Amino acid sequence: MQVFVEALVTAGRLLVSGSPEFWNVVATTFEVAVVSTAAGMLLGAPMGFVMGASRFRGRRLLITLANTGMAVPPVVIGLIVMMVLSRRGPLGFMGLLYSVDAMAIAQTLISTPIIAGLTAAAVASVPYKLRLQARSLGASRIDEALLALKEARLGVLAAVASGFGAVVRGVGAVMMVGGNIEGETRVLTTAIVQEARKGDFALALAFGFVLMLITFAMNGFLTWYQHSNERYGRA
Amino acid sequence: MLERMTVPAALQRVSLVLIAAAFLATIVGCGGATQDAAAPEAPAEAPAEVTEVVIASTTSTEDSGLFEVLLPAFTDANPEFRASVVAVGTGQALEIGRAKDADVVFVHSKADEEKFVAEGYGYERRDVMYNDFVIVGPESDPAGIAGGKDVAAALAAISQGGHTFVSRGDDSGTHKAELRLWKAAEIEPAGEWYKSIGQGMGDTLTMTSEVAGYTLTDRGTFLSMRDGLELAIAVEGDERLFNQYGVIVVTDASNADGAQAFFDWVVSAEAQAIIGEFGVDKFGEPLFVPNAK
Repeated sequence: MQVFVEALVTAGRLLVSGSPEFWNVVATTFEVAVVSTAAGMLLGAPMGFVMGASRFRGRRLLITLANTGMAVPPVVIGLIVMMVLSRRGPLGFMGLLYSVDAMAIAQTLISTPIIAGLTAAAVASVPYKLRLQARSLGASRIDEALLALKEARLGVLAAVASGFGAVVRGVGAVMMVGGNIEGETRVLTTAIVQEARKGDFALALAFGFVLMLITFAMNGFLTWYQHSNERYGRA
Repeated sequence: MLERMTVPAALQRVSLVLIAAAFLATIVGCGGATQDAAAPEAPAEAPAEVTEVVIASTTSTEDSGLFEVLLPAFTDANPEFRASVVAVGTGQALEIGRAKDADVVFVHSKADEEKFVAEGYGYERRDVMYNDFVIVGPESDPAGIAGGKDVAAALAAISQGGHTFVSRGDDSGTHKAELRLWKAAEIEPAGEWYKSIGQGMGDTLTMTSEVAGYTLTDRGTFLSMRDGLELAIAVEGDERLFNQYGVIVVTDASNADGAQAFFDWVVSAEAQAIIGEFGVDKFGEPLFVPNAK
């Protein structure tokens, strides 16, 4: 189809000689996605680890909450964050609405349950007998925890990749709390919606291709990291 | 039964059952739908078949609420047709018209509409109504332009003072009108204070209220949203703020009869009266001025 070819050519042209506005959009996309994935990891991985590795009262409720959190539509999270950060909301005095910070906050709330839930599942599937054996051989609680984390490495990596995927493709939340302001809070997904609304479908599709390229590159990096671990016997 | 099977076999069995159920649901659903469509919509003079007329229009027109009054009136006058609106930016509305995914185009960007017809995508363009744009801003009016009648002077005050101005930035009729006004005032809108957000009128007004800035809006959308906003009209009445709407029948539209019926009806005395009344009971003033010739 004509428009797909045109879009591919436009995508190529943008990447080679794109305008500063285009690179600003790409940079903002990256910035928001990386920050919110990293924050989601810092918050979600330890939570997920504790949920998956240990037994405590309310554990199953927490896991259910994490899984439910994964299913909340991002636009709902965006709406709630927007209402909280709005001048009429409780945190309005911080003046955070329509900024990259607000976008990162909303996206972190989206990535954290995903990373926590998937990490919990990964850690929980490490054979309990292995951990028991380590303890019987003299491992301390910390050593046992680190061992469980090491064994669950693949799953944790998948959790991070999932979290990144969820935030980089977000539209609803970032549109609501970011406002798609040119030069400030415009990311690839909101730019796609905008160009489609204007009728420039080829450009919208080109942005889509660039976005997929970024996601592919990030996943490629994560997979390479895992493979290099295996190759050097670190897996 | 499932417990005695191996996991893969059980999964297979469950999937088969689910697929069969989904298949059955689809058949039943489709059967139900055709039954509904065949039944008459109203007693007595119900036509055999009601066809849909797709109108590509703009978000500002839809946000004003006019279609909620106009479209049912159209069906009352022409029971064999039912109109529905796809509300997008002017640019996309015209693009939808070019692709013939709509039967009628109803936007407010005269130059683009005339080009549309000249290029053969529409048969003819006719004036339907006009409304006006206004500049709205915070009650505190930091730029000191409230009550003014000169839009160029107001824009100059806003840009020189670096007061936040939110722009539709989406190639819509409103956006193009805004750009024309900046050009007429010989100002290049750029800088920290100028926020181009690429969204519809409703979202733009919401953000303008939130950041206590200024923006250009059509009176209709502003009036319909006024209660939820912390904005007031700052500049109005300048001739350059008038906004003309036009209707065009798309050439070779899929519902050519319905499109022509809408075209003829919306410029008729009946429709023009409805347009002239719209908004009076809710806002105390009409939102549009009918001016079909």
